[in-house]
Amino acid sequence: MSDFRALDGNQAVAEAMRQINPDVVAAYPITPQTEAVQVFSQFVADGEVDTEFVTVESEHSAMSACVGAGAAGARVMTCTSSAGLALMWEITYIAASMRLPMVMMVANRALSGPINIHCDHADSMGTRDNGWIQIYSENPQEAYDNMIQAVRIAEHADVTLPVMVMQDGFITSHSVERVEVFDDAAVSGFVGPYAANFQLLGASRPLTFGALDFYDYYFEHKRQQVEAFSHATEAVLEVAADFNCRFGRDYGLFQAYRLDDAEVAVVVLSSTAGTAKVVVDDLRAQGIRAGLLKPRVFRPFPAAEIVRALSHVKAIAVMDRSTSFGSMMGAGPLFLETAAAFHVLGRAPQIPMVGYVFGLGGRDISPPDLEGVYHDLLAVADSGDVGDPLRYLGVRG
Amino acid sequence: MVTQTETPTRLTLRELAKKPDRLTSGHRMCPGCAAPLVVKQVLMAIDEPVVVVCATGCLEVATTIFPQTAWNVPFIHNAFENAAATASGVEAAYRSLVRQGKIEDDNTRIVVFGGDGSSYDIGLQSLSGAMERGHRLLYVCYDNNAYMNTGIQRSSATPVGANTTTSPVGKVQAGKKGARKDLTAIMAAHGIPYVAQASPHNWRDLMQKVRKATAIDGPSFINVLASCNRGWRHDPADTIEIQRLGVDSCLWPLYEVEDGVYRVTYRPKVKVPVSDYLASQGRFGHLLQPANQYIIEALQADVDRRWERLLRMAGEV
Repeated sequence: MSDFRALDGNQAVAEAMRQINPDVVAAYPITPQTEAVQVFSQFVADGEVDTEFVTVESEHSAMSACVGAGAAGARVMTCTSSAGLALMWEITYIAASMRLPMVMMVANRALSGPINIHCDHADSMGTRDNGWIQIYSENPQEAYDNMIQAVRIAEHADVTLPVMVMQDGFITSHSVERVEVFDDAAVSGFVGPYAANFQLLGASRPLTFGALDFYDYYFEHKRQQVEAFSHATEAVLEVAADFNCRFGRDYGLFQAYRLDDAEVAVVVLSSTAGTAKVVVDDLRAQGIRAGLLKPRVFRPFPAAEIVRALSHVKAIAVMDRSTSFGSMMGAGPLFLETAAAFHVLGRAPQIPMVGYVFGLGGRDISPPDLEGVYHDLLAVADSGDVGDPLRYLGVRG
Repeated sequence: MVTQTETPTRLTLRELAKKPDRLTSGHRMCPGCAAPLVVKQVLMAIDEPVVVVCATGCLEVATTIFPQTAWNVPFIHNAFENAAATASGVEAAYRSLVRQGKIEDDNTRIVVFGGDGSSYDIGLQSLSGAMERGHRLLYVCYDNNAYMNTGIQRSSATPVGANTTTSPVGKVQAGKKGARKDLTAIMAAHGIPYVAQASPHNWRDLMQKVRKATAIDGPSFINVLASCNRGWRHDPADTIEIQRLGVDSCLWPLYEVEDGVYRVTYRPKVKVPVSDYLASQGRFGHLLQPANQYIIEALQADVDRRWERLLRMAGEV
């Protein structure tokens, strides 16, 4: 039996971790992820989990210990944010390259400097090429559901890659919402037992992890990682289907909201998509055919599926809560991926596409801001003129 | 809690020679390098199963060139600065999996090898954290006094006056400035159950220390002098003799700190002048010039002061 509880995003993630009952967690406190680690510590202190909790002295050591424990044969989890993820950066690459299927929650937070504790996506976007599957969550419920699914995706026989589950720092990590918490047995039944493909401990023969590759093997090993990502899309959908079957919530590579007959569409990640849904409903009430596409999986980027889902609209806005300094027009990663997808896979003539950068350092984004975006899109659709292809929302000057 | 194999292999050459090599021959370490001697002695001293965790460095790159490995035991290399944190994860996994009955408790010992770069410098935080948390692991630093893998750059373990590629001898500089860091003392200050200094020329002393360290249910640290003939510039045949001079000059005292109690495990009958040690290696050649005599005198005074202090701490004066 499920239980409906008032939980914020961090508590929901900690609850998922309790139910998953990983063998090892190594984590370090950082705002706004800290509460997840604190709540989980209490589960450890109360003997509610079998987890060995390594209270490391830095995030670098958190990820390093996760690699050691994962290679040893343990099911491993951790959580971080912002500078913590930046400090882990080197080792996140190694975790993925060693094909260790661990799960990490990232409560998205801006990177320093200036130091800022509030939400944007610079932290996880800065690791988008490190070999981790990336899943973004709109609200505490999705963060909870995604953590549970992430274990199965990571450990999928065709994948064996680490998975990052994102949620928006403070906006959802600290917002209490109604969260459906499944029965403990149902969750442990869903994730199942873990058996590593290769492990240091209890192995029948001694194995060497982390060997040195020269130019004669490195490229092939990288190619194998690319190959694993090509299987990840199918694994995400397979796990989502089983999740839907057992728990009755439907997840895919992205969520299309009132998109089927939409004339104009916004593409945006995480909590902002929740705000956008309200705006879409309001505009629909006014007779405006507005739609939304909320990517759930950013790595692997579901390019063909997104192009297909948006191919009928007359104008698209892709909104980034991060920027890529010095990129084409200074556009963010989501815009760049989407634009590239349409260029390679889309039909001609191209659908007009506008990039927006918004919400850096936790700058609030309100329904009127998003209404403005849809009205911009209607003007673009009418005139066929994109105008300024890269715009900023809510920044002075 | 102290756990030990009931009938450990006696530390005699006859008995030890019967043990299979855990680090096999055929690796690419240089002839004359002390590091593989240290590794062989450490692993030979342990009868139980081991997992080896290794920092980036000569030892790692020269023993694990894919698709080959010289390790006959489970081995993991993660990165340069995180061997102790990686070992923390292995140890946590061991505890967790054994407690849950997912693997058998076979008294596996976790042994970490890192050079001075990864232990004194870039990995000091990781090492300190692992020691403080109390993981059951033995961290062995093979201290060759510089970043040898990248081509002999100075580290905080480089002795004063040593000629390295980033503390070169020049017109206004006589090698490395300032004294080396005392990592063994820093580890002892963590209050962990066992800390020691050892040298591979005194293999029985080293192996006894490893035995003590691995019997303890907690963290232990052994710092081992391990010359690099390329960086120290000596004949590969002189390796053992050079470690002996380091110890007999009291520049590298052999001692242990067991539950806070200091004990000198070897006291030279004749204390060799530090200049004899320096003269044995090309990296100190410039110090023998009269203009640099003051550096040798200062180093000798420093060695004497530290040796006297150690004897006092060990209650031997």
